[in-house]
This record gives sequence, structure tokens and C-alpha cells, in this order.
Amino acid sequence: MTRTFASAATLEDALDALGSGARPVAGGTDLVVGARQGKASLPEAIVAIDRIDTLGGIADVDGGLRLGALVTHDEIVANRVIRERFTALADASAIVGSHATRAHGTIGGNVMNASPAMDTGGPLLCFGASANLRSASGERALPLEQLWIGPGETAADPRELLVRIDVPAPAPTTGSAYVRLEYRRQMEIAVVGVTAVVRLDAGSVSDACVAITALAPTIRRVSEAEAALIGSDGGDEAIAEAARTAASGSSPITDVRSSAEYRSAMANVIARRAIVVALARARGEHVPIPASAATYASVGGTST
Amino acid sequence: MTVPARLNVNGAPYSVELDPHVNLLDAVRDAIGLTGSKEGCDDSECGACMMLLDGKPVNSCSYLALQADGRDVTTVEGLAEGDELAPLQRALLEHGGVQCGFCTPGMLISATALLRNNPDPSEEDVRIALSGNLCRCTGYDGIVRAILSAAAAGPAV
Repeated sequence: MTRTFASAATLEDALDALGSGARPVAGGTDLVVGARQGKASLPEAIVAIDRIDTLGGIADVDGGLRLGALVTHDEIVANRVIRERFTALADASAIVGSHATRAHGTIGGNVMNASPAMDTGGPLLCFGASANLRSASGERALPLEQLWIGPGETAADPRELLVRIDVPAPAPTTGSAYVRLEYRRQMEIAVVGVTAVVRLDAGSVSDACVAITALAPTIRRVSEAEAALIGSDGGDEAIAEAARTAASGSSPITDVRSSAEYRSAMANVIARRAIVVALARARGEHVPIPASAATYASVGGTST
Repeated sequence: MTVPARLNVNGAPYSVELDPHVNLLDAVRDAIGLTGSKEGCDDSECGACMMLLDGKPVNSCSYLALQADGRDVTTVEGLAEGDELAPLQRALLEHGGVQCGFCTPGMLISATALLRNNPDPSEEDVRIALSGNLCRCTGYDGIVRAILSAAAAGPAV
């Protein structure tokens, strides 16, 4: 087969190319790196989608978000609505790769790469996001927990293109945080990551989502940890119980970055940090973005 | 099969024929002949290959060259004004920010991108921005001091 490359001007052009077997590239930050690392060779037929204007842009839709597939991490971090109401997503995009990665890497690429270690996955999952997939024969919306089916694997058909991510409006008095364990400040991949999204009503936790990253074959919620928070006062005891159960819901692997045992031990620590920051933000306290860096110092009286 | 493309590098247009899998680094070094940008890790870890693409930093080893068709690329060769080094380049020499020099082209591009975004960075801002650029000689302190002094001396980029 001959190698081919086309730059699609319109969504229709891109969908036609996918229908003929081409694979899409946007920022290239996963696709090309993956090929260099020998994960998968570069596709023989490539269609670049980075010049399709209709796939960009962040829109506030009735308090929710409409994220075009080509929205970069830089754009997410700079967006005022995301920083204020979807703070965990800003925490995540702010620490993806380096400033070079964030300038070109897209949210669509991050989601479709389906890494169990992706930073933006936990926040999007907890905010109830769904993927809008388009093909020449139609479109469908798939909640992210149904999209990710394994490490690097999605339920999308190869002829489908992710065109946007829809995120519903969070309830008022919601606070959120994404924290990861990292060995290096930039060009890092989460060793362990935890997302916490909590809603406070009259001093008690009325809703909670806790999701774990790099601790299972896909990013996933841990309902036992959420149950430990819901109905509680969000005090030390509830936080400790939620963090402990978040860790016990993990099934980590041993790889070059960490042993499974270390990941399990750190899951508890990182879960506690994420929950503490999410609760602080729900109470209206200011914790800088990204939360990961903020938790190097003491946050809310918890330094570990 | 090669595909024709036009790359605008440091303000000059180059017409090239490229294999679809060629990355921007190889296109600029081999097809165009500007060898300032370096291949360190070929894995987006070290930043030695960093260029500006339409003004934004990119690890050129991990970017398909054909995607840069018609776009503006800046490499380390584009920072100086003729024989006159840019303020950042002079500062790096003055503050001991260069030893073997292999990381220097990427460092300069990374610092240029930082200062265009944030002309008055804190030391922490500089260290975070540069943490995608690895240096195995200097211990970074000279590089950080150079960037801070260039920023303090006025518009450095």
C-alpha cells in the first residue's frame, strides 16, 4: 500500500477519507510519539483534520460546555468558564505534556487515544461528558464510560470521527479537582491520578464523583468512595474513608513508571489530596490551578 | 509516494517533496538543510528539537512535516538578526547557560515562546516552562538566570 497524506478542508472530506481507511491526525502529540516508541507504526493513509474550522471552539451552552474536538489544552486552561465551573478539567489540561504539547495537543486526541493515564479523562468522566461521533452515515453520542473499553481502545468505529465533547452544566456549589502523582513537572504522564467532584448543600456533601487514573485498564469511577462522601459533612473522617476506598477500587499494573504496590499506596494519598481540594473549592476557597502543584504545599490542613 | 509542500522557515519559503511519515525535524534538517534544531530523544521528552509553529512551541520530532504546509516555522537560526545575536542568545552566553550546546537551540525556542507569552516571568515560571527541555550539562541555573536577566533588560524577543 502506498503512503498517502491529505489535509481535509471540511468535515465531509475527513469522513470520506476515514471511510476509505485513513486515520486522523490533529496535533500529532500522541500519534507520532506512539509510532516512535513502537506502540503502533504510523498509518499508511493519514488525513489531517487540524484545518477544519468547524471542529474548534469552546461554547457555553446553558451552563454546560461544548468542546470542539480540536480545542487545545492551552485553550482549555485559558477559558474562564472552565476555570470557574469545570476546574478539574483546567487542573488536568494545565499539566498535560509541556507548553509545546499544550499548544498543539487537542482534547479530541486525548480522549480518543484512550490512555488509562490521560489527565483530562477523569474530569470529563466526572462531569458526565459524552463524545459526539460522526461518520458518513450519521452521528451518535456516547458517554465516555462507554467510549473507553480498554487501554488505548475505544468503542468508536474506525470510520467515526470525534467531532465534539458535550459536558452538562454542573450544579451550583460544586467544587472539583484533578491531582496526579508526578516525578517531573512537565512531559510527565500520571503515575497515579484522582479526580474529585463534590457538591455541598448546607454543609453536607449532596453529590460526589471520584474517578481514578492510571489505576485500572480504563479511567473509572469508584462508587464506594463516592458513597463514603455523600451525606457526610466532608470532614477528615469521611475524606479518609473515601480515599481508602478509592485506593481499594484500583487494579494497578507494574510498569517502568511504578510498581503496582506503590501505585496502590499512592492512590490513597492522591485521592485524599484531590478530595480536600475539591471540597475547599466547593466552599468557595481559592486553590490555584493546577491543583497538583498547589498540593505540594499544605492544602486545607492536609499536607500528605 | 512523496507529497509537495511549502514550508516557510525563518521567513523564507521552501518547496519540498516529503514522504507522509517524515517529521518536521527531519524535513527542516535534511530537506531544507537547517541543522540547528537537534534530535535528542525522538520521543517528545527532551525538547532539543523545539521549533515555533505559527508562533507556538512544537516538538518537531513529533509533528508530521506535511501538517506544517503553508505555516510559519521558526528555528534557532531565525532568532538572530543577521550577525547580531538576539538578547536571549547573548544572555545565555553571558550567564554560563551553554556548555555542550546540544539543548541550546530548543532551550532558546522554548524561552522565546515563554517570553512572548509572559514577558516578566518569575523564576518558577521559567523553570516550569523549561521543564520540557532537558540539559545534561549546566544544571539549569545558568539558563534560568540568563532568561530572567534577558527579561529584566527589556523586550527580549
